[in-house]
Amino acid sequence: VKDRARDVPDMRSPPEGDVTEYPNPIPRPPGELEELKRVWDSPKGIRVLSAVNNNYVGLWYVGTALLFFVLAGILAVMIRTQLAQPELRLIGHELYNQLFTMHGTMMMFLFAVPVVEAMGVFLLPNMSAARDLPFPRLSAYAFWAYFVGGLAFFASLFFGLAPDGGWFMYPPLTGTQYSPGINADFWLLGIGFIEISAIAGAIEIIVGVLKTRAPGQSLDKLPIYSWAMLVFALMIVLAFPAVIVATLLLELERAFHWPFFIAEKGGDPILWQHLFWFFGHPEVYVIFLPAAGMVSMIIPTMARTPLIGYRLVVLALIGTAFLSFGLWVHHMFTTGLPQLSLSFFSAASMAVAVPSGIQIFAWIATIAAGRLQMKTPTYFVLGFLFIFTLGGLTGVMVAMVPFDWQAHDTYFVVAHFHYVLIGGMVFPLFAAFYYWAPVASKRPLSETLGKWAFWLMFIGVNVTFFTMHITGLMGMPRRTYTYIAEMGWGSLNMISTVGSYMIAAGVLVFLVDLAKNFRPFQEEAGNVWDAGTLEWLPSGLYQTRSIPIVTSREPLWDQPRLAEDVDAGRYYLPGAPTGGRETIVTSPIDGNPQYVLQVPGPSWATILAAFFTAAFFIGLTIQLYIPAFLCGGLAVVSVIWWLWQTDPGPADPERFDIGGGLVLPTYVTGPANHSWWAMIVLMMVAGACFACLLFCYFFLWTVRPDIWPSAEGPLPPLALGLGSAVLMILSSAAIWAGGRMLARRDERQGAIRLLLLAGIPLMVGGITLEIQGQLAAGVVPSASGYSAVVFALASWQGFFGAVLTLMALYTVARSMTGRLNAVRRSTYDNMQLFWHYTVAQGVIALLVVHGFPRLLG
Amino acid sequence: MAVRRMSRRSCFGALFPLALAGCGRAAEAEQPEMWIQSTLVPAGPHAGAVSTLTWVMVIGGALIFVLVIVLAAAAILMKPERRRWMTSRGFIIGLGIVFPVATLTVLLVYGLAVNRSLVASGAPIARIEVVGERWWWRVHYLDETGGIRAVSANEIRMPTGRPVEFVLKTQDVIHSFWVPNLAGKLDMIPGRANAYRFAADRPGVYRGQCAEYCGAQHALMAFYVVAMEPAEFEAWLSRESGPAREPTDPFLARGKAVFNESGCGACHQVRGTPAAGRVGPDLTHVGGRRSIAAGTFPTNIGTLAGWIASAQHLKPGNLMPSFGNLQGEDLRAVAAYLESLK
Repeated sequence: VKDRARDVPDMRSPPEGDVTEYPNPIPRPPGELEELKRVWDSPKGIRVLSAVNNNYVGLWYVGTALLFFVLAGILAVMIRTQLAQPELRLIGHELYNQLFTMHGTMMMFLFAVPVVEAMGVFLLPNMSAARDLPFPRLSAYAFWAYFVGGLAFFASLFFGLAPDGGWFMYPPLTGTQYSPGINADFWLLGIGFIEISAIAGAIEIIVGVLKTRAPGQSLDKLPIYSWAMLVFALMIVLAFPAVIVATLLLELERAFHWPFFIAEKGGDPILWQHLFWFFGHPEVYVIFLPAAGMVSMIIPTMARTPLIGYRLVVLALIGTAFLSFGLWVHHMFTTGLPQLSLSFFSAASMAVAVPSGIQIFAWIATIAAGRLQMKTPTYFVLGFLFIFTLGGLTGVMVAMVPFDWQAHDTYFVVAHFHYVLIGGMVFPLFAAFYYWAPVASKRPLSETLGKWAFWLMFIGVNVTFFTMHITGLMGMPRRTYTYIAEMGWGSLNMISTVGSYMIAAGVLVFLVDLAKNFRPFQEEAGNVWDAGTLEWLPSGLYQTRSIPIVTSREPLWDQPRLAEDVDAGRYYLPGAPTGGRETIVTSPIDGNPQYVLQVPGPSWATILAAFFTAAFFIGLTIQLYIPAFLCGGLAVVSVIWWLWQTDPGPADPERFDIGGGLVLPTYVTGPANHSWWAMIVLMMVAGACFACLLFCYFFLWTVRPDIWPSAEGPLPPLALGLGSAVLMILSSAAIWAGGRMLARRDERQGAIRLLLLAGIPLMVGGITLEIQGQLAAGVVPSASGYSAVVFALASWQGFFGAVLTLMALYTVARSMTGRLNAVRRSTYDNMQLFWHYTVAQGVIALLVVHGFPRLLG
Repeated sequence: MAVRRMSRRSCFGALFPLALAGCGRAAEAEQPEMWIQSTLVPAGPHAGAVSTLTWVMVIGGALIFVLVIVLAAAAILMKPERRRWMTSRGFIIGLGIVFPVATLTVLLVYGLAVNRSLVASGAPIARIEVVGERWWWRVHYLDETGGIRAVSANEIRMPTGRPVEFVLKTQDVIHSFWVPNLAGKLDMIPGRANAYRFAADRPGVYRGQCAEYCGAQHALMAFYVVAMEPAEFEAWLSRESGPAREPTDPFLARGKAVFNESGCGACHQVRGTPAAGRVGPDLTHVGGRRSIAAGTFPTNIGTLAGWIASAQHLKPGNLMPSFGNLQGEDLRAVAAYLESLK
């Protein structure tokens, strides 16, 4: 069987300029548009909740993120009120410590990351004229998990159970000894879980940007926003694993006393700081890059001219992402690290100012090239330039090690990062709300209210946070619920508090504007700004009537008739020939059409899966273990139900002409397949987590080499390690043989099933052998930092073994129900990829755990 | 909160170096100068170098900020033909790459030089071990061999002129040791001992505060550094290493008796008496220290009595229980006894 991807027609040179020959003739056959509408229509009444289409999920997602923004904002106003005067006793230390922990945590995890993902879910298909994202149910799952988990997390405040260890959760303060309550568990399980939702969203966005674009929309014609979202999602994939591993380890320490962070037992609290900031610093750019992408879309429209320095800006986005992984240590300048590493990270921290500089001057150049229209989005963008530039400059200041020793953990830093985050993210986001509202709503938002909101927020932010620079230099530390009058910080704090009320008033005006004018899920206001990119094409729930050929970065400016022609159905795929939802899958670089993806529609399975996953984590947190595991089981069942309907095989018709003689298949496997890409990204996530665990192993060794075993032990015999590796490799061989048989002789389903079933005990046996060997050698996880990290690696592998077992059984079930053959084999391919990955990971872990101590001798 | 009479001028003037002369310290007769806690009022070479660096960066940053804003305004407001020069790639590369790389390189070199100058060399004039506790500071004055010469709490005396080495440790969670007028902060981390050397230029009292969030009462975890002439310091230290004063009158003797009967010695040590607890602050010379409850209240009979009777009300969540059962004369006697332990 030859690779079906190679059947794909070539479309290297799409037509240029105004088109005279269209892929599809008009008039379109009667009933075609009605069929398209019927297929993409959302369920009615309460069943609308089962909708998975990006228009619905995107807006719910944005709305929920805004809700958390407002809630976390209210916490901030409470904090400011307590600090308005010295020695106020409005809020005691217990609530105050919960408030600032929750404010930071919610703003980062429940607002900033979700809202940029949400905007991406809503906007990205629009910008590429795709009918939906490639995995609409995955984004629905990500949304609902976040919605339920986020609300439960917030509710902990009402029971006095909210975490109070700071958003950075440094152990040992957050270990059981100093935080015996379940408050810290709310953070670890709640946030750990929301991180998983963020990763699900990131996988969706990566595959969406790379694979579901309009024909001809090659990477060099991709809107900057899509570029930013691609880089953003890749950063999530690489950065979030660090905090997932960190939360996992701290929860293991809290629940089972595995001492990763306890110094007396050979752990190290600094390990947490490395893991947390390896996530935490990129996190700042994770938030900033999408916002910068938004600005790069808004300025050209408002200045009526294409962005100057497109390639430089793309390079700046990639450069920022790259550098951002090399400067996490600047959060740890005061921990007493060696001078040399301080100097390196100081230089890296300053270097990251360069890509931001490139973007700022590209925007100024674009403004100079055009004629800026002073609309509300423009105001917010200019406000962003002002605030963000100031935040960037103070960022250079705190990158200087000696200055940071003074400024670190004072209000100077609070001022700095609020300038960066509010300036760099909130202002562009509000610009985006005003700018893109007409894509979602029947009415644009109000220019009058918008300007009121802008001025209140702009003045408020500067009043609140500029003052804090001074408060910090005058010696006021962060995270203090009160201060004594003699310190002389009273007036400065009062000014900050007044400013915070102004910000709140500005947000309130915006909410009033939303209530008055935002009318989604109806006819759209349309291209009110006369913008040039595809999201401004006339559209419905099916997005555009037909899918255009893209020949430039601003197609609507370069082809004045494009909107009309698209809406008339003259371009690709003007209907729904398979009778279901479809979108075109394109090649990742050139945007050549490869096949027609059958897009899944509404489903309850995803909501249930999300609900039960959330319930599992909440149950664990509040220590209702039996209901928790019941819900965990139901979550697995729901996920299987959801998956069962995927991998549909070729549709009827198996292949058809989407226009202009371009005949595309409805099903492909291998590297052209969208789910293959998702699996690759998932393996990147797993690999990043695994790399973090290996880092823990070697880091703890550098701290406490004395507790590491020597060649004499306590180490299991080398033969056991080898045996474990051989068993796992054999399991991979069985799965590989099954795959070969499926491709060549798929009638031998029985043999394929046997090979799958043989893979399970081989894999599980290999893992068990390692765990047994360690225990027999006398290594007990709670004994020391060394034994804890050895068992963390083994448990990680054990978790993968359990997942693979489920996957293999699932594949067997697919085979037994006739859903697996030489053509319809994505399920098998993806399972096989994951299997080989797991074995590679396991073998590397064994090499380290058994080889490294012997290497040391 | 209770009475506090540490009068100091809160002063915005601290921001402006020119105004420093009359500000920053509010001298009281025969008392060492009391300095306002601020990074911009340096009293040692460490804080001084950083303060200069701060001003260089503030002024440089302000100039760059104005440049960006002027350029943005020009891009909006100037006549199109006069702003054409701003639309080239050269403009972006020049201002977005060349300019920041140049300025940042200069700044980095300067910063590294400052950094190097702060790494003091040579033998320290004294070594003091400070241990972070929830939520106070244990202070050990070390001898040449690392042995403990004297134990104290919440107040550090140091000789002026030459760098003192601070050995920073923690008993429980992470804390951070910070005296803004003298030097930047350095964390106290379980399992590690961080060493930090800095000097005070001249005698004075400087306030320090915990700078790493450490739980419930992180806000009220402060201390005082009293810098003294070296000879004076040496004399003080030999007094400090001695046992506590015996009560000089019956009232103080009653205080001592109540102190011991009430079990205070389970947590507190008063050298030369049966009280030998190590959990809480050493009280051998508590009356000679400026503050109690880690920089929260000035030391006097009133605050001491208030603290003993209602520690949980004054600093909720701290590890000392309120001794509500001590009342009237007993309470006053204990407070007076402690106050007499100069």
